[in-house]
Amino acid sequence: MKAYFGRRYVLSASHRLHSDSLSAEENREAYGKCNNPHGHGHNYVVEVLTRGPVDPNTGMVIDLSEFDEVVRTTILERFDHTNLNLDPIFANQVPTTENLCRVVFGLLQNAMIPGRLETVRVEETENNFFQCWGSEVEG
Amino acid sequence: MVELTRRATFSASHYYWNDAWSVEENERIFGRCANRNGHGHNYTLEVTLAGEPDPTTGFVVDLKWLKDVIEREVLSAFDHRHLNLEVPEFKNTIPTTENIAIASWRRLAPALAPARGAQLRRVRVYETPEIFAEFRGEA
Repeated sequence: MKAYFGRRYVLSASHRLHSDSLSAEENREAYGKCNNPHGHGHNYVVEVLTRGPVDPNTGMVIDLSEFDEVVRTTILERFDHTNLNLDPIFANQVPTTENLCRVVFGLLQNAMIPGRLETVRVEETENNFFQCWGSEVEG
Repeated sequence: MVELTRRATFSASHYYWNDAWSVEENERIFGRCANRNGHGHNYTLEVTLAGEPDPTTGFVVDLKWLKDVIEREVLSAFDHRHLNLEVPEFKNTIPTTENIAIASWRRLAPALAPARGAQLRRVRVYETPEIFAEFRGEA
């Protein structure tokens, strides 16, 4: 019996939306106050949904403590209380929440058992969130 | 096609235990959830149906009718109950969040069959605001 198991995590980080391929004026035009040179921050909510058969012995899709450990070591320890722009993974891409969502999906996909990651949703604030899944990232 | 979701809450107690295992094995796998005296949660149930809005009413289904079905089929059995001791599905199945989602689906699916073309799409159960499981009727 296939089911899904999800968990929500919080990570706090700063970022600045700025593209080197745009002029200073174009950056201000594209990103508005998110282009502030000193950056700003968010309490991001990262929602990770996994899929798989329900183990008849445990009634569970995934071992929660193993799942937490993967997310903690792969995502939270890397990005929580950091400046996203300074992480090498954002050296050549703007740390928008769209890109953060794809990055988180890719890192988790590599760290988890193949075929088990369904979706990653990243909420930047209470009013906006982004979601991606395998075909998006692989494409 | 439009998806419609109704949310409901119930409070229940449970514990995790596999009779085929030793006490030590249960405590190792389930940790604090293996306390035989039980513990409880405020669960949130989300029931999602998908269908075309009726041209006359504009409804996919009548939300009051859906609310009544959820209360009759699920809440009356689960709310303020000890899931292991009082709900027949969990006599021999561990009441994990995954299995609660599956049991809720099985209770709801026959009762929602008269929903005029709307199909039950998924059942999501939050054990806490951060932890949830989902069942989509897949084998």
